[in-house]
Order: sequence, then C-alpha cells, then structure tokens
Amino acid sequence: MSVEAEVRNFTINFGPVHPSAHGVLRLILELDGEIVERVDPHIGLLHRGTEKLIESKTYLQAVPYFDRLDYVAPMNQEHAFALAVEKLLRLEVPRRGQLIRVLYSEIGRLLSHLMNVTTQAMDVGALTPPVWGFEWREKLMIFYERASGARMHASYFRPGGVHQDLPQALVDDIGTFCVEFPKFIVDLDTLLTENRIFKQRNVDIGVVKLEDAWNMGFSGVMVRGSGAAWDLRKSQPYELYDEMEFDIPIGKNGDCFDRYLIRMEEMRQSTRIMAQCVAKLNAPEGKGPVSSLDGKVVPPNRDDMKKSMEALIHHFKLYTEGYKVPAGEVYAAVEAPKGEFGVYLVSDGTNKPYRCKIRAPGFAHLSAMDFLCRGHMLADVSAILGSLDIVFGEVDR
Amino acid sequence: MDEVTQVEPLVDLGEHIASALGDAVLSQQVAYGELTLTVQRDAIVAVVTFLRDDSRCRFISFIDVCGSDYPARDERFDVVYHFMSPYLNHRIRVKLTADDVNPVPSITSVFKGAEWFEREAYDLYGMLFSGHGDLRRILTDYGFDGHPLRKDFPTTGFVEVRYDEERKRVVYEPVKLMQEYRSFDYLSPWEGTDYVLPGDEKAKQ
Repeated sequence: MSVEAEVRNFTINFGPVHPSAHGVLRLILELDGEIVERVDPHIGLLHRGTEKLIESKTYLQAVPYFDRLDYVAPMNQEHAFALAVEKLLRLEVPRRGQLIRVLYSEIGRLLSHLMNVTTQAMDVGALTPPVWGFEWREKLMIFYERASGARMHASYFRPGGVHQDLPQALVDDIGTFCVEFPKFIVDLDTLLTENRIFKQRNVDIGVVKLEDAWNMGFSGVMVRGSGAAWDLRKSQPYELYDEMEFDIPIGKNGDCFDRYLIRMEEMRQSTRIMAQCVAKLNAPEGKGPVSSLDGKVVPPNRDDMKKSMEALIHHFKLYTEGYKVPAGEVYAAVEAPKGEFGVYLVSDGTNKPYRCKIRAPGFAHLSAMDFLCRGHMLADVSAILGSLDIVFGEVDR
Repeated sequence: MDEVTQVEPLVDLGEHIASALGDAVLSQQVAYGELTLTVQRDAIVAVVTFLRDDSRCRFISFIDVCGSDYPARDERFDVVYHFMSPYLNHRIRVKLTADDVNPVPSITSVFKGAEWFEREAYDLYGMLFSGHGDLRRILTDYGFDGHPLRKDFPTTGFVEVRYDEERKRVVYEPVKLMQEYRSFDYLSPWEGTDYVLPGDEKAKQ
C-alpha cells in the first residue's frame, strides 16, 4: 500500500426531508472532502399535475390551483392568471379592484420576503428571526382572511377583478399596520444585517454575474442582486403600479448578502406602496365597484340575484358552464416576490383553457444550483438554497 | 396594456427579424400586443442565437420553454419559447412544431437556463431535444411511464401508489376509481348551438 491515502469523492443525499431543503428537495451532492463538486437536484416530489388539472377545469375553477403553487404568497400567482384571462377577454378592471390587487400583491410580497429572510437566517444558524417574522406573517394572513375568508388559499383575485370589496375597518387596520411594520424591519435589521456570523455565512457566497443571471432565466431579486435595475412593476407596469411611488433596490456583488439586503429594502418599499394604496382606497375616486361589471364574465352579487332574473341566469350559467374565452394565446407575467411569475395561456374558444403553462421563477433559479454551488463548501449549499427563495409548490407544480 | 404604443415597434421588430433570418422564419404575427414567430424546427438554434446577439433584438433574458399538444395534427406538438429583452423592454414568443420521433435541436448551448425547461417538456410531452446533455425526466416519479400532459393521457393516470403494511414498502397498482371520472359537457348554448344537444335527437321535430 502506498503512503498516500486513497482519496475518493463522497456522494451524499441532501433531503428530501432536510429542514433547510425548504420543502421536498432532494439534492445529490458529490463532495471532495467538504468541497461541493457537483449538485444534482431531484425535484418533482410535490408534483400534482396542476397544468393537467387546469385543462379540465373552467377558467374560474382554475383560480384556486394558483394559490397552491407558491403557497407563501398565494395572491400574486392568481394575479398572473387573472391578467392572462383578462388580456384574452379584453376586460378592464375598475380602479378600486386594481388598488385592492396592488395592495394584496404587496401583502403577498411581505409574506414571502418575511418567510424567506427569516428562514434563510435560520438556515445559517439564527433561530430568533423566524420566530419574530412569523408573528408578523400571522398578522398579514389575518388580512388575507378578512378579505377572502382564507388565510392562505384565497382565490380572491379572479378574472375581472377581486371577489369582494374590503370592509372599511380592514382598510384602516392595514393603514395602522403600515405604520407599525417598519419598526419591526428596524428590529430585524439590527438582528441580522451587521451580525458577524450572518455576514460570514452570506457575503461572497453564491455570486452570480448579471450576464449569467439573464442567461439562466433568473428574474426578480436574483437579477436585481446582480445589478440590473429591472422590476416588472416599473418596466412593464400592470394595474396601478405606474401611479405608485417606490424605489427598486439593486445589489452590486450578486451574492447572498446582497439578495438579503434587497429583500429587506423591498419590504420597506412594499409597506410604502401599501400605505399609498390605503390612501387611494380612502379617496373619493378609490370608491366604486371592485370587479368588472360585465355580467357575462363576473358573477352578480347576492343582492342582484334576489331582484334580477338576468342576474340569476348569469349566476347559474357562470357557475356551471363558466365563460367562453376567445381563441388565442397570451403570456402574462407579474413581478411575484420570487421573480417573474408568468402564465402562458392558450385558449381554443371554449370554457376551459387548452393549455396553461405556469412559468415559475423558482424553477429557473433552482436549475442553477449546480452552477451556483460548485466549488463552495457543503455548509454553503443551504445558504445558497435559502437565498434562491425556493418554494416547492411552484417548482414542482 | 397600452396596445397602440406597443404594437408598432413590435411589427417593425418582427419584420427586421424575418428579413434577417430569411427562410428560417415561417410566419410572424402580432396579437394581443405580443409578437409571435413561427420558425423551422432545425433553425431554432440559429434563430435564438440571432435573437440574443443581434443589436436590435438583444433578447438576452431566457423566460420559458414549454410544449403543447394538438393530437389532430401530423406533427402534433408545439414547442413554445419565450424570451425577453430588458434593453428593448419587449417580449417575444418563438414557436415550432415537433413530433415524438424527430428531435428538436436543444437551445441549451445558447441559454443555459433552458436545460430544465427542455427536460420538463420532454417529460410531460415526450418530444426529444438533440444536443441536450442530460435529457432525463424531471417532474414525474422515478420510473414513470408515459407523458402526462398529452391530450390522450387520462387525468387520473394509470397507476396509483399506496404503502403496503405487509410488504413494508410502497406498491404501485392500477388506478381504481371509487367513482367514475366525471367530465361534464357544460358547453350548452349561451347563444344558440350549431350541434344537436345530447338527448335532443330523440325529440320529434
């Protein structure tokens, strides 16, 4: 036997039930000592065939499937689908409906970023942030519940508008929240941003160059972290985002720490947008219907059904047959908290989508795991995974 | 969406691309404020490279690759690519047709991010991508048989799994439905129909 010991690579299984695998990710890691040589993510353990199921449902019945994709920010997903259907139907959403959509999209962004920032801190060893963060997520989920009746699976953004109007008390409470929440961000900031361990685990880890980021299909925080001032809310504004005042934070280094800082700043900016939405909802021009008045698409309210025969017929037809959508194909995207969430919808003119492709940002981000992790230490895998902001509902669909 | 201001540059862009690529582009159209190119299957890598590198296009952001299925056609599948140009602030859709025998050239050499998306399209539809280094299934189960998003694949699938207490492992069995799979035809007439409704043929005219 030679003096030198025989060196061989280790192949280990990370997940699918590892707490920092953020759900059901199975990573096959090939290690040389503690250095990661190759990563092979195995996904699909949460595949539920959403796209197949949507093909056999009417357009309205398809909405709840979108809550179950990125279940951390459910309404943002519904939003993309609603925009796609509205584009095909050429349907206008009334101003109040649009304001409520913007408001709840930003609540979704807070929900998602709170989850991500705090659990990523947990992935690198800090236990306090998730406990603090989840208290605030709870408050936001109660806003969800008060608007839609469900804490998570809201099916609230429907083609044509939103399902129901917000009670005034809820709008006021969200206004109060916008005053209180920034104090929590300051607390979280003192807990993490200058924390020595947190920085050691995140700075210069998982660096992405901007060119690579575009090439690999990254979007959202992943390209902003690498220095692109790109946000669909600014560059291709939908709903009333062009009326809102907010800033787009961008990173310089493209590492995990920059992405963390961007998410923190986006939470502040989201709160800013929410406060503007509350003010606009309270203004006289912010009153009015919350969804389109086109009776062939949007069901009537209960009041009308008691009085109007036509409304009753519409109600019956819309909840059995649904509405027919003109043939065509569209792609609609929103700036979801995790990046560009798109829906490619093909209609054949019937009441069911012919094809509904869901373009989830997490899918593209996770596919780059091998590229991002090569040459890093084993412990960095969970830091990188955390900063990619992966939720398996949307990756596996 | 402000379609009036959106459409004009898209038409120009479509013409620019079509004239530069010649025969590779079969058709181009702008609908719902979106530009769609239909291209020849074998030219896709050249088309995508042009879209990425041409100074008037710069579609450097890879968005999506997906399939869709039209069983009545000779080449039953569409492969649909989406790209975005952050410089022009435009999106583009590129389509081609495919079947399950002749492979589609893979664009992973141009856009690294397409790797998983092509694997997904292969997994769900069964079209092949040549030049893709790692064309394995991605979303379905290990050892899965069939391509679930094809229109002739039943929504309920063919096999179901359960944990067998005696054998102490998960077993696969043919699907047993407690109730027949129901697919109602709700397409009754809002505004008159051009076909005979089920049951109506029995009525005396």
